[in-house]
Amino acid sequence: MERVVTAEAVGDAVYEAIRECAVTLRPDYRASVQDALDMGAAEGRAASVLQDILRNADIGVQSDVPICQDTGSVWVCLEVGPDVMIPGDVLSCVDDAVARAYEQGGLRMSIVRDALFNRENTKTNAPAFSEVRLVDESGCRLHVMLKGGGSDNASRLVMLPPGEGRDGVIRVVLDAVREKAANACPPLVVGVGVGGTFDKVAGLSKRALLRPVGSPAESLEAAGFEREVLQAVNDLGIGPAALGGNPTAVAVHLKTAPCHIAALPVAVNMGCCAMRSKTVELGS
Amino acid sequence: MTDDAVKVTLPDDASVLAGLSAGDKVLISGTIYTMRDAGHMRCLEYLREEGHLPFGLEGQTLFYAGPTPARAGRPFGAIGPTTASRMDFASPELYRAGIVATIGKGKRSQEVKDACRQCGAVYLACVGGIAALLAECVISSECIAWEDLGTEALHKIEVRDLPAFVEVDAKGMSLYA
Repeated sequence: MERVVTAEAVGDAVYEAIRECAVTLRPDYRASVQDALDMGAAEGRAASVLQDILRNADIGVQSDVPICQDTGSVWVCLEVGPDVMIPGDVLSCVDDAVARAYEQGGLRMSIVRDALFNRENTKTNAPAFSEVRLVDESGCRLHVMLKGGGSDNASRLVMLPPGEGRDGVIRVVLDAVREKAANACPPLVVGVGVGGTFDKVAGLSKRALLRPVGSPAESLEAAGFEREVLQAVNDLGIGPAALGGNPTAVAVHLKTAPCHIAALPVAVNMGCCAMRSKTVELGS
Repeated sequence: MTDDAVKVTLPDDASVLAGLSAGDKVLISGTIYTMRDAGHMRCLEYLREEGHLPFGLEGQTLFYAGPTPARAGRPFGAIGPTTASRMDFASPELYRAGIVATIGKGKRSQEVKDACRQCGAVYLACVGGIAALLAECVISSECIAWEDLGTEALHKIEVRDLPAFVEVDAKGMSLYA
């Protein structure tokens, strides 16, 4: 049976998600920081940074203030199943919701009109960076992520020759962390995309950040890869706030895809210690 | 390197900052100024044209921060450091023109470290991603200039016990590898 989700309903859900995300450290990320403290993984300065991250999260929720001054660009991914119809101008409704949420939430406006020719602030934080994906799974899911500039800037995309293989992918991830983690507000969630095409692989690495920290990987092979890379990342000893110690990352999340015989696209998208995203089922 | 924090009041204690070593923890009180990407372009342009810093910034400290609007009875809902390396293009000239300290997050270029060594200035790293907590350190705020830049406007802010670490000391040594 076909279900209808209106564009307005999508906009309303985006509004609610932004207001909540801006003041809320993602619960699974928060739990991973608490675990690191409980298990004694962090000592001294590293432990004190982790405690500050938890205190900051408490203040955000209790006082309804943003947990990070960079309240981000808004990344929206709407997954639409074969049984769902969305009439109307969805992207306009999303942008209207962004403007309302940022104004009413007292959030920071961080978007300029044009990257190259007009760096005037839009003063609404619109447009959102949105994509609508037609998927096999039934129903309609909305993903909203507030992405800070520092962690997105610390990300990278490399088109490796296939001969570089698994070792090449690991090297790309470790280079990115070694060079850029200090700018990305660790402890990190390291989103890794491998496969697809030049444009698709970045999306894989960003969607990898949506997966809850501590949840199972896509496959046993992926789980092994994630464990190995996480260990290597933490062996770098960069630590919380890059002040040394552990953890540098609480998780590595891998998403892989088919690709051309000539290609091995790799993207790394960094998630910071103010991870803010939410997934909502619509029309259920 | 000690975990006991050194309390400094700015701008008076600039010489105290110059005596600290990479890794030392400080608690900053007093007056500092927010400035980030767009502000640095304007500040550098003014400096190159006029030969000195605008708004009497000599001897002052720049906090690389773009706060959120006032909230919950505070001058800002949230305030915290942005990535300092984006200011590397301007910082050496600003240090030479009289900026005594900068506050941000992440690594700096060799040119910035050299400028710190030459000028006896420092770069302090503040923890990113805890901006609701850091906002409790801000007592008051006044917009000095560039209001059209929104969050990137130049604000003079009064802080109490804002925590940071010396990342580049006045000898040009760095805490981060």
